[in-house]
Amino acid sequence: MKELAHKLRTSQVSSVELVQHYLDRIRAVDSDIRAFLYVDEDGAIAEAKASDERRRRGEPLSPWDGIPIAIKDNICTVGTPTTCASRMLENYYSPFEAEVITRIKQAGMPILGKTNMDEFAMGSSTEFSAFYITRNPHDLTRVPGGSSGGSAAAVAAGEAPWALGTDTGGSIRQPGAFCGVVGLKPTYGRVSRWGLVALASSLDQIGPMARTVADAEILFSIIAGHDNRDSTSWPNAAYRVMDAVPDNLKGISVGVPEEFFAEGLDPEVACSVRQAIKMLENLGAEVKPISLPHNIYSIDTYLTLVTAEASSNLARYDGVRYGLRVEAPDCTTMFKKTRTKGFGPEVKRRIMLGTYVLTASHHEAFYEQARRVRTLIAQDLEQAFSSVDVVVTPTTPTTAFRIGEKQDPLQMYLSDSYTAIANLAGNPALTMPCGIDRKGLPIGLQLIADHFREDLIFTVGRVLEQSLREVEAGGEL
Amino acid sequence: MGNYELTIGLEIHVELATKSKMFCGCATTFGAPPNTQCCPICLGLPGTLPLLNRTAVEYGIRAGLALNCRINPVSEFARKNYYYPDLPKAYQITQHDKPLAENGFLEYFLDGQLTKTTITRLHLEEEVGKSIHSGDSIIGSEYSSIDYNRAGIPLIEIVTAPEIASPKQARVFLEQLRLTLQYLGVSDCKMENGSLRCDANVSVRDIEGNPGEKVEIKNLNSFRALERALAYEGERQAVLLSQGKQVLRETRTWDEKAQKTVRMRLKAEAPDYRYFPEPDLPPLELEQVWIHEIASSLPELPLAREERFQKAYGLSEYDAGVLVRAPHLADVFEETVALGHSPKLTANWVLGDFARLARQGEVVSAQHFGELLELVSSGQINNNQGKAVLEEMFATGASPREIVQKKGLTIIQDLGFLKTVIQEALNEHSELVERYRSGEDRLLGFFVGQVMRRTGGRAEPVLVNKLLAEALQPGRNWEPHKE
Ligand SMILES: [Zn+2]
Repeated sequence: MKELAHKLRTSQVSSVELVQHYLDRIRAVDSDIRAFLYVDEDGAIAEAKASDERRRRGEPLSPWDGIPIAIKDNICTVGTPTTCASRMLENYYSPFEAEVITRIKQAGMPILGKTNMDEFAMGSSTEFSAFYITRNPHDLTRVPGGSSGGSAAAVAAGEAPWALGTDTGGSIRQPGAFCGVVGLKPTYGRVSRWGLVALASSLDQIGPMARTVADAEILFSIIAGHDNRDSTSWPNAAYRVMDAVPDNLKGISVGVPEEFFAEGLDPEVACSVRQAIKMLENLGAEVKPISLPHNIYSIDTYLTLVTAEASSNLARYDGVRYGLRVEAPDCTTMFKKTRTKGFGPEVKRRIMLGTYVLTASHHEAFYEQARRVRTLIAQDLEQAFSSVDVVVTPTTPTTAFRIGEKQDPLQMYLSDSYTAIANLAGNPALTMPCGIDRKGLPIGLQLIADHFREDLIFTVGRVLEQSLREVEAGGEL
Repeated sequence: MGNYELTIGLEIHVELATKSKMFCGCATTFGAPPNTQCCPICLGLPGTLPLLNRTAVEYGIRAGLALNCRINPVSEFARKNYYYPDLPKAYQITQHDKPLAENGFLEYFLDGQLTKTTITRLHLEEEVGKSIHSGDSIIGSEYSSIDYNRAGIPLIEIVTAPEIASPKQARVFLEQLRLTLQYLGVSDCKMENGSLRCDANVSVRDIEGNPGEKVEIKNLNSFRALERALAYEGERQAVLLSQGKQVLRETRTWDEKAQKTVRMRLKAEAPDYRYFPEPDLPPLELEQVWIHEIASSLPELPLAREERFQKAYGLSEYDAGVLVRAPHLADVFEETVALGHSPKLTANWVLGDFARLARQGEVVSAQHFGELLELVSSGQINNNQGKAVLEEMFATGASPREIVQKKGLTIIQDLGFLKTVIQEALNEHSELVERYRSGEDRLLGFFVGQVMRRTGGRAEPVLVNKLLAEALQPGRNWEPHKE
């Protein structure tokens, strides 16, 4: 991205040319991949023209002025629909824009369009989009992961240089891993949730998805920062991109939780991640075994909390004020008919589960219990970061699965086994590609750090990325 | 009701008088055109987040302190989930497990006895919108419209212990609570506008003193409705028990037209609100310094003022009570007394014509009012003139001296002139003079009236009476006095 910024600065390329390039690419490949729900050609070109005009006057808004971006469709934008890939909001236009969109615009970046996702971000394959399935650019018979599958596929297919996704239990990192792109779930409170259509408010974060760790870091620095409209936003949330990173990792300690390499992990994924860990060690990092014993409960805990909060967050879609309404003779019937028609199967399933776990008679056994376990899981990580700088794990147990392969919702939920921990504990976590399996599918490695230590993640990530690239070029470890 | 003992607990909702709503910047003006005071936040649009209004918290703390509650250093917001068209997010942000304030009490005079009622808790929550049905209720209406202006206005909910023993006590308690909140300036507490609302829990103990089933009564929109509904409900439950029947645990509503309570739903049908902590708002942590600051800024509360008026000014319990219940009158009273006027005279005037005139709007300043009392007590004008002057003061805002001068309203000090006027009146009505002298005493009033008319009301009635009585004495050949 720094290269692109240089070309823009030195007028080797214009923003209009750049945007046109991506629009052409979308036209060429998106009928197969279907990463976008809405492409805003006119809007993007208009913004690109304005950017070129600013550059001509010598007044670019930022080094990234004119570089376009794709936005997940659960982030509110003005002038383009915000549907959350749901029939419920099929024709919904938000009257206000998300804080991250304001920041993107303040950096001068044209928006290419809105990307596909699992309906209301519930899912791990983008198969639960109410409109259509997105395909994995590495293998069109496979899913791109989810719920930010559209953003991941768009970046992987070269339809956008980078994108914004959202992550509640792994929704940036799992599709990132499946599509071979980098994605960061920031520390909870570092990126404003104003204008993010809520799934589970205590877990949701918006984050960058990009082709390299360095690009992800740049995009993160653009969107991170305090916003007083979000009461869970931290005062010192801003992030500055590190100018340079060292060429080794001396003095950095890396924790490897053995629990994450146990049963259920694909051997090829395990092998690839272990090779990367070896590489970290060769780069000078101190590798230590650690334990995160409560992670085995993370999926159950996550599901309890996410469904509970979602059942409340999605209750507002009742047909009264906006969105879909199915007319009926009385109000209660209208509610029922609207919600029956407007929501897809996974959304209904989670609303039912969430309503159940909050019901007075089950509240203690499920919801309160999950809150307690959440604390234990967070304590595990806190303990880990008293002795290591970053934790390294596989991002997902497997590489991308086939479309239609996972019919059992419980199987689908297991895709988040390694990622949900960071949402439950609020820590930052990044996925980056670390290899490919024999089927040619990308494998993702996850780096987790202490709260607000994205700098450590980006340091380790950038050094590792550099090393992996050299190996790829040299063909040898 | 004989052997049955009534137990009443109240739940009071009070709209706080903040300028903006609880979680957004929208105005809270009552009576604005429908849906003109809304924004994406209070309409619950996707992607919005609540932002807590500090003044609402401050008002909540003020009320909590005035009700002698413990203010919790950390309280927590929660979501109360239910579907209703006027509830934009399908949940209400409220406080559940950890309320803002707990364990307080309110004292008040009940039949001259100082009485205390326990306040179990006080918590913050947001108001819902207002449904306007084309028919009587949502069921059976052809259509309903919703006004979201009210949605998101801050509320406090105050819950008493179930220890109120009579409908009258409930009313007196609620009146004292309203007065206290008005003194604090946290709410206008207008039941007719819905800014003060009350629900009641009622049960009766049987002859052996066993507690009965609790019945909740809603829709108590006035003090009268509260008292009547409680009396009706107590009677209803007592009759049921005396017939050996069961009181069902249920929610009833007060039907103002029929003057009775009617079942809304049985306890078993009560909604499960699925409370859980509001994830969009961190726990509300209060700095002790702030709480102290608020505590030291509390005004004198009605009960203390009532006691002080009796002790310091020697007012009767009745006068003190009436004054304190009308803060604008009590203020004028105090300011006037502070200028050196007699408390008794001031109270008489304030509670009389002043109170009547003040009902129409603004009150006059204590400065002017004191001036008026001075004119009357020094005999420069008489009582009736004083009343006329006060009326004029309220109407024009002019000072009493200006009014007296402009209207020439001074008392006639010239005794000779007065006697001349009297003689003229007697000469004109000589036959009536004869009738008076032959025993028709009541004619004296007629003569007084004649004299007052001829002097334009500027004579001192007591003096006129005295002079007339002298002049009319039988056998007396009365001559105008010449000086
Ligand atoms: Zn508002």
